Amino acid sequence: MSVYILCLVLFCVGLHCVLRKRNIIKIIIGLGIIEYAVNLFFVLTGYRAQGRAPILARDQEILNMVDPLPQALVLTSIVIGLAVTALIVAIAIRIYEKYGTFDITQIRRLRG
Amino acid sequence: MILAAIAAVEIEDLLSSIIAVGAVGLGLSLAFLILKAPDLAITQLVVEILCLIILIRATVKKDLPFSTTGRWLFNTFSTSAFIIVFLVFAYFALRELPSFGEPIMRVAAEYIKNGLQKTGAANIVAAIILDFRGYDTLGEATILFTAVISVLAVMRKAGRIKNEKR
Amino acid sequence: MRSDEKGMTLIVKTITRLTVGLILLYGIYIVLHGHLSPGGGFAGGVIIALSFINLMLAFGKETALKKLSEAWVSTIESFGALMFLTIALLGFTGGYFFFNFFLNKGKPFTLFSAGIIPLCNIAISLEVGAGLFAIFAVLALYNGSRKKE
Repeated sequence: MSVYILCLVLFCVGLHCVLRKRNIIKIIIGLGIIEYAVNLFFVLTGYRAQGRAPILARDQEILNMVDPLPQALVLTSIVIGLAVTALIVAIAIRIYEKYGTFDITQIRRLRG
Repeated sequence: MILAAIAAVEIEDLLSSIIAVGAVGLGLSLAFLILKAPDLAITQLVVEILCLIILIRATVKKDLPFSTTGRWLFNTFSTSAFIIVFLVFAYFALRELPSFGEPIMRVAAEYIKNGLQKTGAANIVAAIILDFRGYDTLGEATILFTAVISVLAVMRKAGRIKNEKR
Repeated sequence: MRSDEKGMTLIVKTITRLTVGLILLYGIYIVLHGHLSPGGGFAGGVIIALSFINLMLAFGKETALKKLSEAWVSTIESFGALMFLTIALLGFTGGYFFFNFFLNKGKPFTLFSAGIIPLCNIAISLEVGAGLFAIFAVLALYNGSRKKE
């Protein structure tokens, strides 16, 4: 139970960074921390105490294994997180070319 | 890991905070190893390295303006109120989950029991993402493809770079 | 900074020359043994992309792009995605969407054992590796051309 609360505290640290910082690179870092916290939360729900990793060996019978289904979902989620981060960084580079700064309060001309 | 995340958020210098995010990612990979998920540990490690390379490549050649803060009181109050409300509701929701270490494996028990003879693969996670739930992997491949095309479309400079590269 | 155009110092170049082939080989190993030991298509594809990015970071853009030009990269990526889709659609011949039509043709725990799973791993690794290398090549190219102004 306390492990879940710690994981959500990590999520809140990232959320505070997204809401309160003015530099775009800091916002990207906050989004990365949020994504790490969510992936960790998924894998935490599938842990069995004294379980084994979900890979069969040649002559071992199937004893208690950890839950492989959240691991399969998180595997694709990690790679998707990388693709989204790369896209946001590309957009940030273009914003820097056009406005000359990373400060989000100076970037107001959305109708341009 | 939480300490490294707080360091990443609060440090003013951009390069140091990117390195702190790298520390959070490596700690996450260790956590995946402790939670008996070796597939995820390998993938998280290499993806973390690539993410750091892309972030450093984007920021090290620009001059770094330091940001100032303004309208401090109202912003802090509303943000902390929101986070406290979120944590309170999360505590009430987390009491409904099964206790840590005893998952309800209703679907996954059948995957583990019949995995070897239905698919012939020894790695059950690979058998799940490619045979039992292959449709999700097709969606993920589509997302990656779309992201690559979007990056190539965003970084186009009105057709000038591509023309002189050809 | 003129030295950034040509690549990095001599120590980095020597070590890169020694190890970049090993990184590529290790990535291919993780992809091919994806159904026997942890790894699979995604991690292996990222490692293959990292070996090419290592080449580009240590030697500069022109040398790395001579080994693997941009037209080839987009061709490989599209080919990987289409191959994955074809394997999925061929399952229609068996009845479902992703039917495993090579079953009962190999002993388990060997390399040629698990039906269409190794083929799917290869297709995914081609697409992920080529896609991530294309993203990095575009980011590096754009930074370089912007600095000349």
